[in-house]
Amino acid sequence: MKYVVLIYSNPATWRALPAEEADRVITVHNDLIDELTASGEFLSIYRLADATNARTVALRDGVPAVTDGPFGESKEVLASLWEIDVETMERAVEIASALTPHATVEVRALMDAAGMEM
Amino acid sequence: MSGAGEVEGLLRELAPQVLGVLVRRYGQFDLCEDAVQEALLAAAVQWPADGVPERPRGWLVTVASRRMTDQVRGESARRRREEAVAAASPADELVAPGADADLPAAADDTLTLLFLCCHPALSPPSQVALTLRAVGGLTTAQVARAFLVPEATMAQRISRAKQTIKAAGARFAMPPPTERAERLRVVLQVLYLIFNEGYTASSGPDLQRAHLTTEAIRLARELHRLLPGDGEVAGLLALLLLTDARRPARSRPDGSLVPLAEQDRSRWDAAAIAEGVALITSALARAPIGPYQLQAAIAAVHDEAARADDTDWRQILVLYELLAQVAPSPVVTLNHAVALAMVRGPQAGLELLATLDSDGRMAGTHRLEAVRAHLLELAGDTAAARERYRAAARRTTSLPEQRYLEGRAARLEP
Repeated sequence: MKYVVLIYSNPATWRALPAEEADRVITVHNDLIDELTASGEFLSIYRLADATNARTVALRDGVPAVTDGPFGESKEVLASLWEIDVETMERAVEIASALTPHATVEVRALMDAAGMEM
Repeated sequence: MSGAGEVEGLLRELAPQVLGVLVRRYGQFDLCEDAVQEALLAAAVQWPADGVPERPRGWLVTVASRRMTDQVRGESARRRREEAVAAASPADELVAPGADADLPAAADDTLTLLFLCCHPALSPPSQVALTLRAVGGLTTAQVARAFLVPEATMAQRISRAKQTIKAAGARFAMPPPTERAERLRVVLQVLYLIFNEGYTASSGPDLQRAHLTTEAIRLARELHRLLPGDGEVAGLLALLLLTDARRPARSRPDGSLVPLAEQDRSRWDAAAIAEGVALITSALARAPIGPYQLQAAIAAVHDEAARADDTDWRQILVLYELLAQVAPSPVVTLNHAVALAMVRGPQAGLELLATLDSDGRMAGTHRLEAVRAHLLELAGDTAAARERYRAAARRTTSLPEQRYLEGRAARLEP
């Protein structure tokens, strides 16, 4: 089963971390990528640029209107997106759990083009 | 000149034989498997252009053996340049006498390899990947495309699988007689998994993936040839043929799914049905009964009905009752409930389904909700059916299933 693991974090929290703690978290992430690569579960990772660079586009009076910054008021923004291929949701959650320091992690199943007639 | 398709077929057939020869010569399954893969890749490039060598098996054994020697000596860069020259020479100059001498062992080798690739220490996806490459003769790129993952990911999975087999202390030998039945059960499961990967993809755009049905049938046919007396092997082959026979009718040109009851049965593959029915009839007559034979028998009853209304549900119900005794599982209960509903009415089916609500393997899944919706619809409880179809549509991770379930729900709008 293919899943995406979405890591949301607050940039202010991240900037306030002591350097050793930030390094530790980065090491945890990198080790996990190595582990998933070795096990054949890793598909891809996208690290998102700071949300300052984001543009939000929405229809206003029937016309696409562009605003600077991320969608919504939340202080936590999408920081990175991992695509994995694992056997079960339990395994995906186990992987997500390792990414929780200073972040909220969402696990979402990806839709598949295959299907069974009923 | 030979067609690339013809060469590919030949390579798939020869792959396990060549690997068997190498492993018996050198041991070290993991290295031999890499060497054979490289030889197959070289042949896939050269043979369509230069023609198939007179003794293709000997050619592959020779090229793979050299790769093997290279790997052991760690001189691959230099030797590979030489090999490009050597492999381009006429086959007769290249092949050492006796490279084909071990032919009688070929059949046993394929069987031994299947057991090794379906080693119980491996996870099902690893068993599938390794079987397709080492026994099926597919390239890593082809296996990766079939499973929609990057080639590097698949290469890593295969390499990890081989390390796991090595660490488990598995040898290139038939499992001891006491373990044979259990190990064969795993092999059959892996072939069925390969088939289903292809079958469920056959309505979508993933043609490479849909090709897996052909590959699974080919391997099951080979296994049946090697173990003609085994009823479950015959049962699996029959099940695959009888299921695949319905493939042309299971989806519309736009990729949407057609349920069994609404399929255009004139589009079913009559030859595959005849072969499947003959296989299962003969297996049931002489072998101890088993789950694949029962599932094949059920598929045969469906396939033999000229119209959905002609389906002999009583016979199907008896077969599910047997299956529930021989190999109980939540999926069997699910299908058993449908048969029960068709014979004794939807309420009986719904009562059996309710037993699955306390089964953690099935409770809350889209499959349970979809069947419940169907039976509620049969019972005339339109509102509840609509709600359950919607619940199933939210839970499935399959786009065509979601579309089908939402369509059923929409049909029941007041």
